[in-house]
Amino acid sequence: MQNSFYREIINDHNLRPMHKKEIEGANAEKRGVNPSCGDDITLKLRVKDGVIEDGGFTGDGCAISQASADIMLDMIIGKTEQEAERLSEIFRRMITGKVSDAEIGELEEAGALIDVSHMPARVKCAVLGWHTLDAIVQGENTEA
Amino acid sequence: MNTNIRADFPLLRERSGIAYLDSAATAQKPECVIRAEADFYREHNANPLRGLYEISQEATDAYESARAKTAAFLNAESAEEIIFTRNATESMNLLAYSQGSLLRPGDEIVISIAEHHSNFLPWQMAAERSGAVIRFAECGADGSIPEERFRAQISDRTRIVAMTQVSNVLGREYPIRRFAEIAHEAGALFVCDGAQSVPHLKVDVRELDVDFLAFSGHKMGGPMGIGVLYGKKKLLEKMPPFLRGGEMIEYVTREGATWAELPHKFEAGTVNAAGAVGLAAAIDYYQRTGFDWMIRREEELSRCAMEALRSVPHLKLIGSDRAEEHHGIFTFTLEGVHPHDIAEILSADGICVRAGHHCAQPLMQHLGVRSTVRASLMFYNTEEEIGRLAESLRSVRRRMGYAE
Repeated sequence: MQNSFYREIINDHNLRPMHKKEIEGANAEKRGVNPSCGDDITLKLRVKDGVIEDGGFTGDGCAISQASADIMLDMIIGKTEQEAERLSEIFRRMITGKVSDAEIGELEEAGALIDVSHMPARVKCAVLGWHTLDAIVQGENTEA
Repeated sequence: MNTNIRADFPLLRERSGIAYLDSAATAQKPECVIRAEADFYREHNANPLRGLYEISQEATDAYESARAKTAAFLNAESAEEIIFTRNATESMNLLAYSQGSLLRPGDEIVISIAEHHSNFLPWQMAAERSGAVIRFAECGADGSIPEERFRAQISDRTRIVAMTQVSNVLGREYPIRRFAEIAHEAGALFVCDGAQSVPHLKVDVRELDVDFLAFSGHKMGGPMGIGVLYGKKKLLEKMPPFLRGGEMIEYVTREGATWAELPHKFEAGTVNAAGAVGLAAAIDYYQRTGFDWMIRREEELSRCAMEALRSVPHLKLIGSDRAEEHHGIFTFTLEGVHPHDIAEILSADGICVRAGHHCAQPLMQHLGVRSTVRASLMFYNTEEEIGRLAESLRSVRRRMGYAE
């Protein structure tokens, strides 16, 4: 993560996260852990009629895992679960280096994590929040 | 004579921009080791112990003389007491399966809280299979385990004590000779993890009077994939084999088999002969370069690193605050910055360190830290590299968005 503009975005979300907090009335919760490096977050969402009304996370981990979760919540709050899943799918493809410029644009600030595609050791950190989101959304879909 | 030690290491020569501070994970290899391993394949390659032709005999001689050299290096009583394995982890698994199969419900295994997972998980498995119980000798915040605290875990039910000589996280050396004596008084066997000690201290198995000792060749400049289990002959003789197959039998029928003599009973299948030859070359390299000189040099570098790390604001060193109790291993955290972020920034500056839990999660939990950075030194490192580490560490918080 040596691109200084991207670094600033990551640092900002890591040091001053907007969504690292408990939320009112959460009805979906999942813990996400990277056992090898110790990133450990709990993601909570309040979902109504398929729309993510609010979300937050707690826990700790490296700057990339924390910033990525915070940026993710910025993007998905107010969106439907389907839309959040679509962004998650694009994000994962960006991290594995298989994405178009237009799609990177859709990812807004999450595009700052594109450098992770050259850093295999950090992939798990970057996708932890998204992975946890998928587990919540897909878990609920199974129940429906 | 050792003014240009780095010239012996091709990687250090060719990647001159990097500061390699991860030797506790694996050491760099001197040219002579790389050549010895390649020469085995070029000139003597045949399956050792199998066949009666000339190069097979050469391969056998090369392999067995590596065993004899390793035995002399550890001051073992005989070469039969040296079993070649893949690494220290495999050595511990061999012991835990084989010696562990002799455990009974209610027996106790004592390990220290500072063990690497490789000297913990095999015993956890042995305990689960046999109904034995694991007891932990815990260390203080400085990493030390006072004799009384160790003794408190020993009872007449203790069958095995398994402990590291030097912690891979704290760098601290434990009083193995004394602990082995206490274990023996209680009628227990003493297993020593020498992974971090054999490359950095003169280890004499008879002086320590340990029953078993494991180490990995690659941490002392040998090739990856060759490790050693030392065991006292009378104990190895009583143990059942670990792996079964070729080259470890005496006689096989449809109904059963009898086992080959030591050490072959524990070396099933085709062995890593080239690896053993490479390890022998590493031992030669230690002796040629001078083990005393290496130890002194690592002590100097440890003092330098202790001073340099102390000068870094917001840095918290884990373990002892005395350089001589670190054996080249320095584990630390930097307030407000996750160790993986620290390692990434150091990497951008060409500095190679380890970050994470160092395969010692129970110790990390005991010390109340989640994840840390480890810089580890070897005789081929320099004061300049340690200076680069400290300088880079001083810049980390700023680069992570802190005001200072």
